[in-house]
Amino acid sequence: MKMRSSAILSELVDRWLTKVATLIAVYVTFRGHNAPGGGFAGGLLLGAAFVLQFLAGDEPSIRRRPIRNPEMLLGVGLLAAFGTTLAPLIAGGSPLESYIWKLDVPVIGEVKFVSSTLFDLGVFAVVVAVVLMILRALGTEGAGVSAHRGRAASRDQGGAPR
Amino acid sequence: MLFVAIFAQFAVGGLTLVGLRRRPALAAALGVVVLACSAVLVAARGIGGAETSSYSVRWLPILGFNLNVQLDGFAVVMALLVSVLGAAVLVYSLAYFEHDGTYARFVGLFMAFAGSMFGLVLAEDLFTMFVFWELTSVWSFLLIGLNDKSTSARQAAVRALLTTGAGGLCLLAGVGILQVQYGTTSFSELLAAGPSGNFAHAAAILLLLGAFTKSAQFPFHFWLPGAMAAPTPVSAYLHSATMVKAGIVLLARTSPIFADVGVWRWWVVVAGVVTMVLGGWRALREVDAKLVLAYSTVSQLGLLTVLFGVGNRYATYAGVAHIVAHAIFKVGLFLGVGVIDHEIGTRDVSKIGAARRAMPTTTLAMVLSLLSMAGIIPLLGFATKEKALVALLDLERDAVGVVALAGVVVGSVLSVAYSIRLLRAVLRSDVAPERSQVAAHSSVDADHHSSVAVRIALSGPVVVAAAVSLAAGLTAATVGSWLVAPSKSLDVNAVSKLALWPGINDALITSAIVIAVGAVIGWRAPLSQSATSAATGERVFDGLYDTTMRLAKRITAVTQSGSLPIYVGVTLLVAAGALVAGLVIDAPRLTGGVSWGSPLEALVSIVAMVLAVGVAVARPRFAGALFLGGVGYAIAVLFAMRGAPDLATTQLLVETLTIVVFLLALRSMTQKTGTHVGWTPRVLRLGIAVGVGIVVPLFLLAARASRIRPSPAQEYFARSLDEAGGRNVVNVILVDFRGFDTMGEIVVLAVAALGVVNLVRRAAR
Repeated sequence: MKMRSSAILSELVDRWLTKVATLIAVYVTFRGHNAPGGGFAGGLLLGAAFVLQFLAGDEPSIRRRPIRNPEMLLGVGLLAAFGTTLAPLIAGGSPLESYIWKLDVPVIGEVKFVSSTLFDLGVFAVVVAVVLMILRALGTEGAGVSAHRGRAASRDQGGAPR
Repeated sequence: MLFVAIFAQFAVGGLTLVGLRRRPALAAALGVVVLACSAVLVAARGIGGAETSSYSVRWLPILGFNLNVQLDGFAVVMALLVSVLGAAVLVYSLAYFEHDGTYARFVGLFMAFAGSMFGLVLAEDLFTMFVFWELTSVWSFLLIGLNDKSTSARQAAVRALLTTGAGGLCLLAGVGILQVQYGTTSFSELLAAGPSGNFAHAAAILLLLGAFTKSAQFPFHFWLPGAMAAPTPVSAYLHSATMVKAGIVLLARTSPIFADVGVWRWWVVVAGVVTMVLGGWRALREVDAKLVLAYSTVSQLGLLTVLFGVGNRYATYAGVAHIVAHAIFKVGLFLGVGVIDHEIGTRDVSKIGAARRAMPTTTLAMVLSLLSMAGIIPLLGFATKEKALVALLDLERDAVGVVALAGVVVGSVLSVAYSIRLLRAVLRSDVAPERSQVAAHSSVDADHHSSVAVRIALSGPVVVAAAVSLAAGLTAATVGSWLVAPSKSLDVNAVSKLALWPGINDALITSAIVIAVGAVIGWRAPLSQSATSAATGERVFDGLYDTTMRLAKRITAVTQSGSLPIYVGVTLLVAAGALVAGLVIDAPRLTGGVSWGSPLEALVSIVAMVLAVGVAVARPRFAGALFLGGVGYAIAVLFAMRGAPDLATTQLLVETLTIVVFLLALRSMTQKTGTHVGWTPRVLRLGIAVGVGIVVPLFLLAARASRIRPSPAQEYFARSLDEAGGRNVVNVILVDFRGFDTMGEIVVLAVAALGVVNLVRRAAR
């Protein structure tokens, strides 16, 4: 939780970490169906990256970035999960029934897509959103509590009580 | 085809709410067309063919529930009423409303309601009926509260929803009992099964509770007058012509099945009679013309309840005929009062006479409808009321029959009386229009007055309704012959006919006396009455509601003390208690399921234990949090060693994030853990901790030792790739096999996050 001195680190983290982490997290989510991983782990991974960014960066960064509206993400995630659960009902199946599509993509070869992947993406979104929301709620006073006290007495977000 | 009609009505509703918000008039026109087409469809299918046509849509095959609709005679009559009256009211509403956002919402909800009601009257089984039944309750709630800025409208909407909703739950319970007992909820199959015994009795009582709440029968009648907070078109359509008839439809369909079961006949007759008399009495005293009509609806519903409840072959026919007659004259009256309200800005019965000169046609139409309501020859109301008396005079003179007859006679006297009183109010010429009201209103309605089309749209339905009452009354014999098939579809024995002049008989003489007495009472009844207090039923309801709320608050205050040590202590004690009970009752072996693992695992375990002790003894909170994280990591390592990479990864990530969250929260707490925690003594806390620490491992040992079935893992392994297309069984379990669990978990997560955000926000204030 010490800033300022680590400008280079925070710069690096700011610029690259979340991008790389997003990539890895999505990869972990998708590979989850056949190998260790999955939406929960993927979401936590990305969440951890955000936490790192938060710890490394200036306080306002958490509000400016990475995702402006985690509540929206939360809703989208829940909707994706609910949707995947209920969609088979419309097609006359039972809830959460899996549909498997296999595509022959040139060069890459056969690509298999299972409908429950959408469910997992919903889980992923929910977890990321939850991490961000808690982080924002508890962390709006800023990474450097002492250094940024004045600026961080934020107007709208509130902060941890003292 | 019928489903297409239902769907089209819903579709127009949805379209209005979503796409046509800006063009409500267009949406209403579309709605009129759809309703008219539905009416034509029903007429073409139903009236021509003698045999019943039925349709079914597969739904919820797991539970064996399908949506079944049929077009038998009774359904044809009801569906025609729903669609034709719906179209008429919608035309009227075009001129009645300002064309703003409220009107768009009205049209949308109105069409959705029409679709639901259409489905309800066509339902072939109780389950289908229940589905549409609940939908109508919801639309009714939203339509009563259409003016969402008015507190009284919102309250009335809540009362109506809670009352009919509670009845809906009773109905569902009844449907459930029948489904379990007889394996069907279809009317015809239940009739064939001939239910009897305790279960049938319970189901019958539940069905009656549903019917009585919906159709505002005593003691649930209070919500209907309150529902008059809705705009006139809503009152005319939902709370007079259609929705409140849903309970009557249910009675009509189920009376042949349950007439001889237990309290059915008694209860139906008594409730109907009480409602009829009570509603008539209140209608005679109300000052607001709309409330007079509301209580008269209550009263007429009571009559219908009696007619379908006594289960006599004439009574069923009279009931069907009176449903039709009532729907026609009551819609005309409601819309007429709406026109008067619209023109002179008041519904006070001592003042509405002022409208007579301004709109003679509407007034004449209302007079005709009032005469029909009073049951005066030659209007349709006369023929049907006459039939009701014939049916009741024909009853056996046992206790039920006498109560029914006496009650209906008294009720009829009252209904003649309130009709005549309203008639006098409408025809009164000695009231001058109040200038201020007229002025205030005409400025709003300036453009209304200028347009002939608007006037036609407003008074057209009123005039048409009156004309139909008159024409049908004059041709009573023909109209009556159309109603034979519908009655027979309810009760194969139902017979009878309508007549303009039945000849002098007991019923006619009774009727003459009723009219004479009623007319005298009605003529002498004062038009202005001191303000009546809130209906008793309403007060009882509000009392119950408030008491429930207070009780809930008390219970919450007791159970949610807000003390973390108590929450944690209670949770742990309950969990441990359950485990102890399991151990004591089953007294399982504790050894045999243990695998010792490698020395390395033992080492990690020891590290975890040491760290755990550290959590307990460390005074600085910061250190405690770090120790706790350490325990988590050690367990993650154990998971990894035991071949559970998914668990290990997740555990690792969760621990990391938890520590961060802990540290963030710690910034605003005291540095060291307190020694004094409220009134939970240290010994008690220590005892709980140690006890839980001993019980849980014991239980785990016992659980491992006493496995009697193979682990479900094998089955999951086998099914994973084929059925769910995944090789990682853990993940497939999460997103597919046990996906519902995962869904519950992410909802919990989401709620927890929202809770944290709000707690922090509130604490910051």
